[in-house]
Amino acid sequence: MNKWSDNRAWWLVLPVVLIVAFSAVIPLMTVVNYAFQDTFGNNEFYWAGIEWFQEVLRSDRFHGALGRQFLFSFIILSIEIPLGIAIALAMPKKGLWVPFCLILMALPLLIPWNVVGTIWQIFGRIDIGLLGATLDGLGIEYNYTQNALDAWVTLIVMDVWHWTSLVVLLCYAGLQSIPDAYYQAARIDGASKWATFRFIQLPKMNRVLLIAVLLRFMDSFMIYTEPFVVTGGGPGNATTFLSIDLVQMAIGQFDLGPAAAMSLVYFLIILLFSWVFFTVMSYLDRAES
Amino acid sequence: MAKIELNGLAHSYMPHIQEPQDFALKELNHVWEDGGAYALLGPSGCGKTTLLNIISGLLKPTHGEILFDGEAVTNKATEGRNIAQVFQFPVVYDTMTVYDNLAFPLRNRGVGASEVDGRVREIAELLEMSDSLKRKASGLTADAKQKISLGRGLVRADVSAILFDEPLTVIDPHLKWQLRSQLKHLHKRFNYTMVYVTHDQTEALTFADKVVVMYDGAVVQMGTPEELFERPKHTFVGYFIGSPGMNVVPCHIDGKQAMVAGHAFAMEQGLSNIPAGASLEVGIRPEFLSLTREGSGPTVSIQKVEDLGRFKVASVRLEDHEFKVMVNEEDDVPTDGARLVVDPTHVNLYANSHLVEEA
Repeated sequence: MNKWSDNRAWWLVLPVVLIVAFSAVIPLMTVVNYAFQDTFGNNEFYWAGIEWFQEVLRSDRFHGALGRQFLFSFIILSIEIPLGIAIALAMPKKGLWVPFCLILMALPLLIPWNVVGTIWQIFGRIDIGLLGATLDGLGIEYNYTQNALDAWVTLIVMDVWHWTSLVVLLCYAGLQSIPDAYYQAARIDGASKWATFRFIQLPKMNRVLLIAVLLRFMDSFMIYTEPFVVTGGGPGNATTFLSIDLVQMAIGQFDLGPAAAMSLVYFLIILLFSWVFFTVMSYLDRAES
Repeated sequence: MAKIELNGLAHSYMPHIQEPQDFALKELNHVWEDGGAYALLGPSGCGKTTLLNIISGLLKPTHGEILFDGEAVTNKATEGRNIAQVFQFPVVYDTMTVYDNLAFPLRNRGVGASEVDGRVREIAELLEMSDSLKRKASGLTADAKQKISLGRGLVRADVSAILFDEPLTVIDPHLKWQLRSQLKHLHKRFNYTMVYVTHDQTEALTFADKVVVMYDGAVVQMGTPEELFERPKHTFVGYFIGSPGMNVVPCHIDGKQAMVAGHAFAMEQGLSNIPAGASLEVGIRPEFLSLTREGSGPTVSIQKVEDLGRFKVASVRLEDHEFKVMVNEEDDVPTDGARLVVDPTHVNLYANSHLVEEA
């Protein structure tokens, strides 16, 4: 068959090119532009080179936010992943309770972020919130607006409440895909519950766990709305994570140059970590087969 | 190894049993000898997997009991029954090596390391897998995985029975034959009691000493391959075993002959014990019919001839009834004026689908 020598078909791609350019490429390039230039207003720009990057990477403020961000992601991953697996294992495999459990699990995922934030913001208040008032009534000192530890605990519990379901649903799907024959073979081989988990369930879940870890890492690393609504980054800057810091810098202080440089660094960190996660975990996956 | 007794075994998946049709497995009584190789043969949904699951302890029968060497195990869980099972799809522990897979059942039972090592190496030798002991099990081919499944049963020196649930489904045809002969060999050498579920008659007939044919939740016949071929006890066995299956046509009896569409078929057996009022059929295998131009047989018209290589199958018509006739490859099929010749020693009479036997 002869190839068509007519290249007019390329015009069909034009709408996509325009939309992507308008919504992604041009805004991103604008950020890149800001990152390498300085302005004193009047829409006049001067070349700044890597000055903003140096400033951001050397600033204590950035180091602090980055550290808090990593700590937060680490804590919620180390709670949500094991808890999600445990809940998925405990869920019924068949019967009337299955849809009930699935709906119950899906509910938190359906609530918009700022609503989740608002719920917990009120829930935790000692004057009118059920949680805050109860703790206060029990004589436990709890005040997330003034105590940094309380603020952290509140945010972590909230994130676990909001997102463990995602891990549960992914793990549950992984568990449901294991044929009955595996469990029968394990019984015939006299395997204990732990051995069944270790040698059948966990290996069969490792693909969905890879996805769960990646999604939860990326999402938690970019978390903004909930801490913004609940603590606003406080007390002090105890819960000022990268995105909150970034917004303060870009919109609060209108420091476009450093904010743009920080966005790019932030973006590269997420990209790097996701890539490392993915490479390591798919390497482990391949090493097994 | 153990003798397996099934006493009044029946099973229904329904909570409220109302009629006999609610039973997935209808009442059966059998004794399977220690060291025997049995095949459960039947179409999908005939109850063979139900029966296997009852033996392995995954299902508790609605009625009846099951005994291993005289000891009732009906209420024992799978892990207490000391059986091994090879499933339809290979089940291996992906993250373990072949060695660890084979050692797994022993380690779970707290067997000492040196004994485990000895057993694993012995079984690997037996299965011709000694070279791949260090490999990860997940990367192996389907037939190697099935061998590991089998090996996990064999390492336990004291298994009561080895159960196979259509184990060759996912194996390539040329390897099926190899694995089957390896199984036969193992059976001869160690005298395991083996129960093999399949819907493939070739597999059943080559593997087993005794074939148990199941149909619609009931065992219709248990016998050697020869018995199933020559004296099918139910028309279903006639259809199901043999290729092509048995010719079964309605008839009535006149003296010592079966009359089919006004033509007499001589018979040598099964005439003295016909239940009154039953609907009667004769069953003749295509192998025991032939076509000639001479003689006194009824004239038939040839519908079509299929050449199957070593033999031909002619479809012939006698009035409203169609017969399949097996013809040797080198023989010609007469195109017109063909007469049907029946071997009277191999004509079976069926009353309500069940073989009429001499009293």
